[in-house]
Formats: sequence, C-alpha cells, structure tokens
Amino acid sequence: MAPDVSLWPLIGVAVIIAGFVLRFHPMLVVIGAAIVTAFAAGFGIAATLTAIGTGFLKTRNLTLAIILPLATIGLLERHGLRQHAQAWIQRFRRATAGQLLIVYLGARELAAALGMTALGGHPQMVRPLIAPMAEGAAEARHGPLPDRVRYKLRALAAATDNVGLFFGEDIFVAFGAIVLITTFLHEAGIAVDPLKVAFWGIPTAGAAFVIHAFRLWRLDSALAREMHDAPATAETPASGEHGEHGEQGVSA
Amino acid sequence: MIFSLAHLYVLTGFVLACVAVMTAADRTHPRRLGSALFWGFYALVFLVGDLLPPAWLGGGVIAMALIAGSRGVTGGTHAAPTLAEYVERARRLGNRLFLPALAIPLVAVVVILLSSKGKIAGVPLLDAGNPALAAIGLSSVVALALACWLTRETPAQGVREARRLIDAMSWALVLPQMLAMLGLVFSDAGVGKGVAWLATHYIAMDIRFVAVAVYALGMALFTIIMGNGFAAFPVMTGGVGLPVLVGVFHANPAAVAAIGMFSGYCGTLMTPMAANFNIVPAALLELPDKNGVIRAQWPTAMGVLAFNIVLLYFLLPTP
Repeated sequence: MAPDVSLWPLIGVAVIIAGFVLRFHPMLVVIGAAIVTAFAAGFGIAATLTAIGTGFLKTRNLTLAIILPLATIGLLERHGLRQHAQAWIQRFRRATAGQLLIVYLGARELAAALGMTALGGHPQMVRPLIAPMAEGAAEARHGPLPDRVRYKLRALAAATDNVGLFFGEDIFVAFGAIVLITTFLHEAGIAVDPLKVAFWGIPTAGAAFVIHAFRLWRLDSALAREMHDAPATAETPASGEHGEHGEQGVSA
Repeated sequence: MIFSLAHLYVLTGFVLACVAVMTAADRTHPRRLGSALFWGFYALVFLVGDLLPPAWLGGGVIAMALIAGSRGVTGGTHAAPTLAEYVERARRLGNRLFLPALAIPLVAVVVILLSSKGKIAGVPLLDAGNPALAAIGLSSVVALALACWLTRETPAQGVREARRLIDAMSWALVLPQMLAMLGLVFSDAGVGKGVAWLATHYIAMDIRFVAVAVYALGMALFTIIMGNGFAAFPVMTGGVGLPVLVGVFHANPAAVAAIGMFSGYCGTLMTPMAANFNIVPAALLELPDKNGVIRAQWPTAMGVLAFNIVLLYFLLPTP
C-alpha cells in the first residue's frame, strides 16, 4: 500500500540513531539530523535555517531554570554547602542513603502531585543537597567510598528527582500534560473531565513509587555487600573537596 | 504582567554574556576563542534573539554546534578553596547555609500561591504563560540576595561561581534546547505522521494485547527518539490509541490517554534525547559517564512500562 504521507523525513530519525550509536558529538548529531530532516521534507536552505532559528528561540525557557539558580548555588558551595550537607546527614546515625532517597522520592512526588513542581530540581536540590547527603549517609555507615559507588549514588539521586517529578506532576489537574491530553481528546471529538484523566494517572504514579522505592530499599544492602567485599580505603575520592570529611561529620 | 519571562531572558543573557567576557579575558583558558564565541552567541540569543532574523539565528546555532563538535568549548581554570578551607567555612555558617538553597523552591511556591490571586494594580504578578518558571526566576534573585548577605560576598562573585558551574556543564547546557529545536523541526517536517503510518500498517492490531503493547511501547519508543512525551502523544494516541484502543476495543479514553502519557514518561527516563533530565544532571553532578543517570533509572522505567501495559490490558472491557 502506498503511504499517503511522506516517509522521507524519517531519515532524520535514522541520523539520530546512527549518530548516537556511532558516538559522534551529540551537538553535531542533533544539528545534522535537523538539517537532513528539513531537506528531506523539501525545505530550502533559507527555510531550513529559519526552522532551526525559530525552534531554538522558542525553546529558550528550557535553559532558564538551569542557569538562574546557579549563582546562588555556586556561592553557597564556595562556602561549604556540599560539605555541610554531608556532615549534617551524618548526625542522624541510623539514616541510610536508600532511606534518605525514598523520603525524597515521596516528598518530590507528593509535592509535584499538588502542583509544586518547583520543590526540587537538579541544580537547586540534587547537586547541593540530596546527592551530598546520600554520599554522606553512605560514608558514615561504610567508610570512605570508592569513586564507582560515589557516582552511582549521585546518579540515583538524580534519577530519584526525575521519577518523583514525572509520575507526580501528571496527577495534578492543572499541569500541562493534562491540559494537552484534554485539548487533544476534545479536538478528536471526545469530551473528558480533566479530573478523570488525573484519576487514571494514580495507579501508575503509585506503581512508580513502589518500584523505585523498592530499588532504593535494596540499595542499602547492595552497598553493604559491595563495601564489605571491596573496602575502598586505598582509592582516592571522586573530587578533592569530598573525602575525609566523613570523619569530621561523625564527630560533629 | 509585572514579572515576565522576557525579564528572565535578559537576566540569563546577562549571566551568559558575563561568562563570554570572562572567558575572552582568561589568558590561561585552553580554548579561549571558541568558548568565548560559543557563550557570546548564546548570550545574544537570550538578549536580542527576538530582534534578529530567524535565519541568522539558525546560522548561529549551526556555528555553535560546529564549535562544540570540534571540541572548541572547554572550561577555564577556577581557583577552588582547599578542603580544609571548605570545612572551616562550612563550620562558620553551619545550617544557615541551607537557607538560601531552600529559599529557591520555597519562595517559588509561595510566589505561585500568592500570584494565583494576587494582582498589583490589576496586573498579574507573574507571566501567565508559565508562572512556575517565572516564579523560579524571581526566587533565584531573592535567594541570591540572601546568599550574598549571608556569605558577605558580592553578586559579582555569584556570577563568577555561576561561570564555574556553567563551565562544568559546558555545551551539555545547550543540548536540551538543541533537542527541543529538533523536535519542532521533526513535527514541521511530518516525522510523526510517517511513524504512525508505519506502525498501523505493519502490525497486527486486531489482537488485544498486541494493540495495547504497541500503544504503550510506541509511546515509550517514540519518546526515546523525540526526547519528549508531549511530541509522541498526538502521534501515538491519534494513530493507535483512539482508532484502535478506543474505537475497536472500547477502552476508556481518559485511561488510555493518562496511561499512554505515563508510558511516554518511561521513555523520557531512558533517552539521552531528554537532555535536561538525563544529560545535564550527569554533567552537573560531574559523573564521568554522561549516560550514568539513564543507567540508574532504566530499571524503574521498564518496571513502570510493564505495569502500564498490564494495567491497560485489564482495563479493556471484555468482549
């Protein structure tokens, strides 16, 4: 059957996949895919440049929320915020990295479900507070961490922020996704109550919490096993600013 | 409105322009020219982007990609305090250090709550188009003032610290915007229609479980390619969700749409194309593996996706 739509622009998708598989520079892959797609759709040179320029301009808001908190976070880091966050969590002798992240997951998801998506985020919460606290809690329990473990904890802290945000915000009625869904269904001739859409998001939101919290709960025993098998005293910490601070925190 | 995104664009552009100027003046910088041009052009996009012809911007974006792609963007040298100095300073300020950091989200939430009713002289306080983002911008300014007062530092030092963090992220900071631009080009060029046509013409959609799996997996896969569930949703729901799941199998459209969108989010957790959630945090946390965050979250994403398929299957009315 002959398609009634042009399949040529799909070459752009192939460029993206090939580029990432062959490990070309992501910036080159993306701009290459944009140019190829536009040409395949029959855009001329001027129209291609215009499409790229307007697209880039329209999406400036994505970068705002990353850049604007940086001056504050940078200043606080200069005055030891990350070291203090590590030391602070170590006062709670029984807190583990897994428990800390489960609490953050619950708080992040609940706040997002109530529309407070601003409570959290990678530049303002994860880098200065959550990741150092997870590292600090693990360090208090298991001693100095090897780089591999440190990086794993940081990655899980970032992942926890994402999971909490994504599966929380979609059960908030006024959030963009629900507006998009109801608008789309309305245009397709189906009238749905936004509350119903939010309601049907609840089972998945619950499942996401249970699945991710289960993984975080297992993290503690996995850490204990890993640190027991391979004590890391000989390895250097990930970056000089962390490290032996663990002892300092415990005695504080 | 009193506080709009336009103000925040200027503020962001100002920070980026400072980064460009400081880079250009940094004699020890290993890639001084390329990095200064990269940040300089990016600053222009924020400061005067609306005034420039879009085709010029497009040319500049290609130039930025070429500079970054030829390894022309690197960080400068930043004099970092020693560990002992950090610990000493941390002890001096103690828990007060948390205040400005927590002020960013808390002030934002308060501002959003107040502004939903609050108008000053009949003008809404925040940008109606995106109040959450405007609130984060406003709270960042408040928190910076608080941080300067607490640490007895100047805002200029804050900008220097912002440059240190921007240098750490380097070109990855621009990737989310590049990918979002690509998503718009894809939709202008009709990529979504092509994918939907392929899916509906080559897969046996008359089997209930297959139809459910194609919809949920299609949402995830298409989101992995596009980096955004919102781009995948109209394609998959228009192509499979409504005609097949609702039309043929009489599923509840609200459930199909909600679970479909969440299946797309599972894809977001697994793709480098969603750079602002996956690649930027990896850079921000100084992970050596730029896919480290994706590696940490794919098991959760696959678990939730499997749950979605089973849930949607059991929600289909029995024939």
